[in-house]
Amino acid sequence: MAGRRLKIFLQAAAVSVVALLLALLGWQVFRNDKSAGLNDAVAANKKPPAPLFTLPELGADKELPLSSLRGKAVVLNFWASWCGPCKDEAPMLEAAWNRYRNKGVVVLGVDAQDFDVDAQRFVDRAGITYPVVRDKHGSTLGHYGVTGFPETWFIDRQGRLVGEHVAGPLSQDDLDRNIRIALGEAA
Amino acid sequence: MSPRLPGWYKGLLLAGLLVASLGLVSRATASEQNPTLPELERELICPTCHESLAASSSPIADRMRVFIRARIAAGDSKSEIESKLVDQFGESVLAAPPKSGFNLLAWVLPLVGIAIAAVVVGLLAYRWSRTRRDEPQPDASANGRLRLDPELERRVDEELARYDA
Repeated sequence: MAGRRLKIFLQAAAVSVVALLLALLGWQVFRNDKSAGLNDAVAANKKPPAPLFTLPELGADKELPLSSLRGKAVVLNFWASWCGPCKDEAPMLEAAWNRYRNKGVVVLGVDAQDFDVDAQRFVDRAGITYPVVRDKHGSTLGHYGVTGFPETWFIDRQGRLVGEHVAGPLSQDDLDRNIRIALGEAA
Repeated sequence: MSPRLPGWYKGLLLAGLLVASLGLVSRATASEQNPTLPELERELICPTCHESLAASSSPIADRMRVFIRARIAAGDSKSEIESKLVDQFGESVLAAPPKSGFNLLAWVLPLVGIAIAAVVVGLLAYRWSRTRRDEPQPDASANGRLRLDPELERRVDEELARYDA
């Protein structure tokens, strides 16, 4: 009788462990699918909501929630100080910030996988005045499916991802065209 | 029955174990106070390629090596350097999870698993030995063979007698 009970207990434990491992696998697949799904949805012009986050501003003692930029078009640029193409596109983003900010456009830099001191030095050298947040733990990278730097997403005034997801360096044409889409001035 | 060990032998064994453990402790303390770059490279992960820092040649891995060299030269201990890197990149920069909070589970669960496995193996071994004890034992009077059930033996004798007749 005791042997039978032990056997049932062991079988139940084995089934539980297998179920737990399957659940973990499913969760991981679902997570990866979510960021891949974001890319597909933007490419199909479905305008999915931009994943929200709140991150500390670089060099400031305050946090910036993405939701606080609702009502503005956002150029969301992921970068790191050690990334060569990020250095090349920084002046273009700064120029766009100065040109379009009166129209309700915000350029928001997200610095990740970096040292604070290097990120600050990069910002100072490039003369960046647009807001930059630090994602020390890289939590936004998974949500936005970022696999390298630089990468840029465009968010419209309703907080939806629109235009193109540019994985790699931006061209001036990419930037202007997608800003117009985010402002609702072009389809 | 195993032979008893003499007292002096036990003392010698105990002293040996004590010296060995003291050696390990002093080595760990030296490593904590005076860490080396290769040692830290083995215990850290490159945040972009997720390989060991020792195996990574990515730009951020090179930058981390520069940081580690500078901190070693400044006299930081191993845990201070690791803590500064965790502050910059999060806990995923550590090759082994820290022994605190939720991460403690990663250290405890394998031990719990081993303990459960040991208990299960012990229980099974106990049951197996009991089953063996309950089995019929060879009978010395029957020339080391198993003694048959008397009823069966009677029937075999009857069959043999009928066959002989």
